[in-house]
Amino acid sequence: MELLLASAVGILTACGIYLVLRQRTFPVIIGVSLLTYAVNIFLFASGRVVMNMPPVLSDSAQGYTDPLPQALVLTAIVISFGMTAVVVMIALSAYLSARTDRIDMDDEAEGSAK
Amino acid sequence: MSLFLIAALPFLGAMLPAILIRAGRNASASATGSVTLLALIGLLVHVPDVLAGRPVSARIDWLPSLGLNANFYLDGLGLLFASLILGIGLLIIIYARFYLSRQDPMGQFYAYLLLFQGAMVGIVLSDNILLLLVFWELTSLSSFLLIGYWRHLPEGRQGARMALAVTAGGGLAMIGGMLILGNIAGSYDLSVILTQKAAIQDSPLYLTALILILLGCFTKSAQFPFHFWLPHAMAAPTPVSAYLHSATMVKAGLFLMARMWPVLAGTDAWFYIVASTGLVTMVLGAVIALFKDDLKALLAFSTVSHLGLITMLLGIGTPLAAVVAVFHIINHATFKAALFMTAGIIDHSVHTRDIRSLGGLRRLMPVTFVLATLAALSMAGVPPLNGFLSKEMMLEEVAHTHWITSPWLLMAVVTFGALFSAAYSFRYIAHVFLGPVRRDYPIKPHDPNFGMWVSPAILVVLVVAIGLFPMAIAGDLVAVAAGAVTGQALPPYELKLWHGVSPALFMSIIALGGGVILLALYAPVNRLWLAARRPEAKAIYDAGIAAIERFSRWLTDLLHDGALSRYGAIFTVSILALAVWAWTTGVVGPQTRPALEPGPIAYVGWVALVASALSVAVFHHNRLLMLVLIGVSGLMVAMTFNYLSAPDLALTQISVEVVTIILMLLALNFMPQESPRESSFGRRARDITISVGSGLGMGGLIYAIMTRGFAQPSISEYHLANAKTGGGGTNVVNVILVDFRGFDTFGEIIVLGIAAIVIYAITESILGSSVRARLLNRVPNRPLAGDAHPMIMVVITRVMMPLALIVAAYIFFRGHNDPGGGFIAGLIAAIAIIMQYMASGFGWAAERQRLPYHAIIGSGVLIAALTGVGAWFNQMPFLTSAFGYVHLSGLEPFELATAALFDLGVFLAVVGAVLLALESLSRYAWQPNTVSEYPMDINPAREVGETRGKEA
Repeated sequence: MELLLASAVGILTACGIYLVLRQRTFPVIIGVSLLTYAVNIFLFASGRVVMNMPPVLSDSAQGYTDPLPQALVLTAIVISFGMTAVVVMIALSAYLSARTDRIDMDDEAEGSAK
Repeated sequence: MSLFLIAALPFLGAMLPAILIRAGRNASASATGSVTLLALIGLLVHVPDVLAGRPVSARIDWLPSLGLNANFYLDGLGLLFASLILGIGLLIIIYARFYLSRQDPMGQFYAYLLLFQGAMVGIVLSDNILLLLVFWELTSLSSFLLIGYWRHLPEGRQGARMALAVTAGGGLAMIGGMLILGNIAGSYDLSVILTQKAAIQDSPLYLTALILILLGCFTKSAQFPFHFWLPHAMAAPTPVSAYLHSATMVKAGLFLMARMWPVLAGTDAWFYIVASTGLVTMVLGAVIALFKDDLKALLAFSTVSHLGLITMLLGIGTPLAAVVAVFHIINHATFKAALFMTAGIIDHSVHTRDIRSLGGLRRLMPVTFVLATLAALSMAGVPPLNGFLSKEMMLEEVAHTHWITSPWLLMAVVTFGALFSAAYSFRYIAHVFLGPVRRDYPIKPHDPNFGMWVSPAILVVLVVAIGLFPMAIAGDLVAVAAGAVTGQALPPYELKLWHGVSPALFMSIIALGGGVILLALYAPVNRLWLAARRPEAKAIYDAGIAAIERFSRWLTDLLHDGALSRYGAIFTVSILALAVWAWTTGVVGPQTRPALEPGPIAYVGWVALVASALSVAVFHHNRLLMLVLIGVSGLMVAMTFNYLSAPDLALTQISVEVVTIILMLLALNFMPQESPRESSFGRRARDITISVGSGLGMGGLIYAIMTRGFAQPSISEYHLANAKTGGGGTNVVNVILVDFRGFDTFGEIIVLGIAAIVIYAITESILGSSVRARLLNRVPNRPLAGDAHPMIMVVITRVMMPLALIVAAYIFFRGHNDPGGGFIAGLIAAIAIIMQYMASGFGWAAERQRLPYHAIIGSGVLIAALTGVGAWFNQMPFLTSAFGYVHLSGLEPFELATAALFDLGVFLAVVGAVLLALESLSRYAWQPNTVSEYPMDINPAREVGETRGKEA
């Protein structure tokens, strides 16, 4: 299970970073989302993973998983939505105002924007 | 009155003039004056105690772990400075009321003045050097506002910037010095530091701390070579100059040197740095002042010179020199404030401050003439005025001081400076008031009204009275202040006019006589001065600033060239390199945890997750496809959480996923559907290498973590053990969110609210620009469906709305004990409402939306805050939760917890934030005349022809 989870985190990270390095806003945003998945699973897994031991207290439970990373990740998920929403808006506004969605401000892009 | 209140009053009161200016200039000025008067009275109440040698203090531990305490302390020195600041402040407020013209925003002026006053009072009353630093920086900032008050004048803006750069730069150095000092003394409380003289002076860091602190003092008190900012600050209105440069801002440096005198003074380093700097500043200032033609510039350089004089006295380091320094601080404040005010009166009445166009004003402005003459004679050191007393005592001290083994060198240089000082003081009288009446004044000079001359008049009365009866008026104050400076019993001394025939008397006679002769020869000497080549401090400063600017432009252009993807690559590679370095140099323990055996379903999920993520990367040119695929990834992430005992995370992830995908779909509607293929092969290879490297790093790291136990005991056990007994809930994750870490959650919902409001603000500004027209005339990317709001969808979503809301309520209420809670319930409720927007259209939903989303966010944050504040009423810290079980007949016993109220705040903030974000985005798509007047666009039951809307 650990190997599966670690490889998934690795692949999500790799795909996320590859997209973040693209030159248009939309793939970059999606890349950040993939990276968010990877980071959230990473944080969650840093509490070590177990099955069928939810952190809900009951008399019949065999044991509990670590609740703390879960609480951290829960807020991280909601905040990352807020962040994604802001970035999407910035990207959209930039595209509508500048009529290009390139993220690099190199001379070539400036030339074509003029 | 508590010292806290005295320090806080000006800050609290700063709002009054700004508000009351609507009621008129008099209301604004009297409010300001009342605030200052109140603080002054509060201060004077403590006078008997302080004079009797019982300092007053007030203490609050603010951040004890950092040594930052809000401790205030009022001893003789603090009393002297605080009464100068508040007393002269009061006179300045009266004067400014009549000085400022109708065009000047007076409310702003008084608000800035009070802020500055509060900061100054804070400095002189602080008993904690960290607190003192805070006030110190506040004076730099508020004086910036005051100096740049006439913001339409380029000199005003320039002078304000220069003052800020120099004094705040010195302040930075001083922070370092203070931290070192506190570190040596083991406390940041002044009352402790002042007892540690031996420890501080023996420390190897003494010299470093001394130089850093002195840098702060010298920049603030305009000592050479930092003197140049002061004359440029003269671009401010005259009341500001009178206040900042007589009693307050520039005296802050002197105050600090006096305050630190017991622990820093007495060494050779102190003597040579402080006394020499003071001496150079004194002479330089006096010489330049004589040749300035602008009245305020003359006074500015004379201020520089007098500050140098006081600095030199503090530098000499004997208790008697400290007495003289304290005495001269009082005297200088009185005559210099009066002189600045008369300069302002002349400017006001004659419309020029240029000495070359003045002269002969004694007949035209007799009142001003008398006031200015008395104050200027005091500045020159003419008996029987107060300036004479302290100057005489200063000369006496100097006569006994050896400087680099020479007994007479200091004496000679100081007499030279005093000679120029007398000369420029006489020039202020002779070239402005004496001489023939001229015909070419810009306007006909006249004495100002009472309101304008009353303030300098009061000060001039003090100048004369202190000169005649020094012991009666100032004796006690000087004694108690000097006692506080030296921290020891003072040697016997007397403040009096006639000390008998002494070296000081001869030095005085030489200075005064020489001053008269020098003024008589002014014309030829001035020609010589003008012909000489002099370094111009401002030019040097400007050149320095320009060089720094060029350097930072070069550096910025080098590092910040606008290529975001290049930054990303550099950043990732750097982190990767650091990680590789850490991995290869660190030690990794053996695997201690047995691997978990995954079930077959885990493999299915893995394949789906990995396949979708890879497909997103491969097919990223097709943006819609990318969105579909990332939805699969998100769903699989949620399933992963569920599989690994995290039901709350799974619920959150699914609901966030829905909202995020809708948001991106909306945005994609306005953006290109395809990303062009523009990356070269080499670039793609580079990016693939970087990303594979990072992926391996992340995966490897988390694998290493997961297969090993905790290096240190986890704090999670505490949460598991106390969730039920302390927080009253069995869902530990929810209890952590609303109780154990409630403050974090409180911060999170605020951040979320801010994000939503940022989105709203961006939308407002974009839709207010030319983009709006383009959006209205937009040709859609793909043909619109014939039926914008299909009836089946409309009906189903409306039926589902109450059901969805009930689910949200259910999830909310079970949250404390079972998976669920405010975050998840908020997302579900938001989705229920979004469905209405999607099915029935933006216009339809917006018409039925009565509460603004901003208000929902705000009420959420407020409810959470009030719940937290409620704990205060039970004498508990912020956000301590309470719970109890309620028994009602006929019902199972149920729990009521304040945490549920907090969770309600979370719920509302989440609902408001999500909806505000999506609503803002939807407004881009708004088109006129698309709202049907009927509940449904299409309704077969309606008569044909009645149907309107967007069927076409």
